[in-house]
Amino acid sequence: MATLRLRGLRKSYGTTEIIKGVDLDIADREFAVFVGPSGCGKSTLLRMIAGLEEITDGDLFIDGTRINDVGPADRGLAMVFQSYALYPHMSVRDNMAFALKLAGASKAERAAKVAEASRILQLDAYLDRKPKDLSGGQRQRVAIGRAIVRHPKIFLFDEPLSNLDAALRGQMRIELARLHRDLKATMIYVTHDQVEAMTMADKIVVLQAGRIEQVGSPLELYHHPANLFVAGFIGSPRMNLLPVRATGADPAGVRVALPGGGEVVVPVDGTRAAPGTGVTLGIRPEALKPGSDGALAGEVSHVERLGGLTLAHVAVADGATVVAQIEGSAPVRTGEAIRLTIDPSATHLFDGDGRALPHRSRHPLAA
Amino acid sequence: MSTPTTAPAKGRRFNGLPFIGPSVTVLLIWMIVPLVMTVWFSLQRYNLLDPTVTGFAGLDNYEFLVTDPDFWASLTNTLVLVGAVLIITVVGGTLLAVLFDQPFPGRNIARLFAIAPFFVMPTVAALIWKNLMMHPIYGVFGAVARALGLPAIDWFAEYPLLSVILIVSWEWLPFALLILLTAVQSLDREQLEAARMDGAGAVAQFVYIVLPHLSRAISVVVMIETIFLLTVFAEIYVTTAGGPGNATTNLAFLIYARALLQYDVGGASAGGVVAIVLANIVAFFLVRTIARRLEV
Repeated sequence: MATLRLRGLRKSYGTTEIIKGVDLDIADREFAVFVGPSGCGKSTLLRMIAGLEEITDGDLFIDGTRINDVGPADRGLAMVFQSYALYPHMSVRDNMAFALKLAGASKAERAAKVAEASRILQLDAYLDRKPKDLSGGQRQRVAIGRAIVRHPKIFLFDEPLSNLDAALRGQMRIELARLHRDLKATMIYVTHDQVEAMTMADKIVVLQAGRIEQVGSPLELYHHPANLFVAGFIGSPRMNLLPVRATGADPAGVRVALPGGGEVVVPVDGTRAAPGTGVTLGIRPEALKPGSDGALAGEVSHVERLGGLTLAHVAVADGATVVAQIEGSAPVRTGEAIRLTIDPSATHLFDGDGRALPHRSRHPLAA
Repeated sequence: MSTPTTAPAKGRRFNGLPFIGPSVTVLLIWMIVPLVMTVWFSLQRYNLLDPTVTGFAGLDNYEFLVTDPDFWASLTNTLVLVGAVLIITVVGGTLLAVLFDQPFPGRNIARLFAIAPFFVMPTVAALIWKNLMMHPIYGVFGAVARALGLPAIDWFAEYPLLSVILIVSWEWLPFALLILLTAVQSLDREQLEAARMDGAGAVAQFVYIVLPHLSRAISVVVMIETIFLLTVFAEIYVTTAGGPGNATTNLAFLIYARALLQYDVGGASAGGVVAIVLANIVAFFLVRTIARRLEV
């Protein structure tokens, strides 16, 4: 059992407040990912949980016990650092056994735990090597092994994959997810890479400027972003955001006028969007498709071809540009006029404060 | 030696000798001439007090040297001096480096003061210590002792070699501190944090993380200091002149005394040859052990 509870957590350096009051619950065996742009405080928050940064204000509980004043080694946590922070003069075996040695474990116990960890991580062949003789992925695994041997209540990862190349990163993502299943441990993972967040997390915590913007499952965040920041941050390519005006209520939702004269009905609760108010319309790129009866007209300004996908950048009226993500290699050309149909179920509406208007029905996978 | 990376074209053989020749010749003369002259003088009867005594002496100068108890005392003094100063500066330098790496108010000023002694020339340093610090009547130590109601210590009479060791350590501690401080600063902070997470306290972090990280820098400090400490002279000349008796006579001072106090050029040259051999033995072992460590 390992649950984590954060209540009103704050961190200041002098007069600068980095973490501005964070409340969060992480359940047992949950894989929680802190994600946000650089400087949002996600690493600081992780280091506060680890005990490497002092907590200025607020309470931190593990399994219901307040641990604000408990030292990092006694919190029952293990951390994997971005630079791996392996001890360069020790062999892989000694690196992994270091914590056990300091804790006064017997030689036999140390050997058994290191053997178990190296079996899980397939490091048996490298136990006598020094870190400098290992590849990046192997070093990464040693850093994880160093965490595993301690049997921590909670694993902390600070951008552990950012030093690896793309292929290895994809492989390590799967390995980490498997590890999470096998170890049945609570894990907290910090990253700025939304692909890592979307693929591994049970729960994503989106942070910005020291505050939590939204907490939820990956698909919940994708299909029901709480505000403009989350809508723009989650999803690649970014959600298209257009300033529009609500023209009237509709049984299905809110009718808005599109730039260039078209109309679309967004299936959201319209109590906060009276006719005439300025709102922001969010359209996922995959919800835009070329079609002669499309509601949105414009001119293709740029085409990115990824083979399986085609990204068409379309300049619409009012000087805005939207990106349409089209399946396959679509025959769109730079400079030609195009009409785009909009799938209303993948559209969102945000009020003047940037808060999302609630959808009338939830996405089936984002319960 | 690395070979030139651009291979010479066929038929136009590149000959580098004219280019490196002059400098090699100068360096060779620079080194060989004094060496050969020293060896030559060491085999001559050559005493400035009595120019009539000349001629080939064979190994008499060497025999005279090794049967002289002063010589063995000077060898012991040299080794004690080098060893003690090395221990004091490396241990003290390591601890100070870790201390000065911690953030505290006025750290930059403190670092400057700690490094300042290195810029004081040996003669001046020795005079300061002799007259301002260790003098039993005018010195600070004596004043402190009297203020505490204790008898003042006449350092250079009672603990002559220790006094010289203290002065030389004072001069060389900043050097060790400077090198080791830069090494400490290059330590990856995440390693220390990882050690903290692993349960290492301040002492365990120092022993298991900081010290291994510093081992290379310590090797460099030991090597450089050894080279200079074998030839300590000014501090002894200014303070004790090798005395009382031969208590602070090291090999460098013994050679000086032979040549310029006793005017025995032959005997001094024999001592010089011994010093060369000794320095080379030390250099051999040092370079071997340290070169191995630097590879890591």
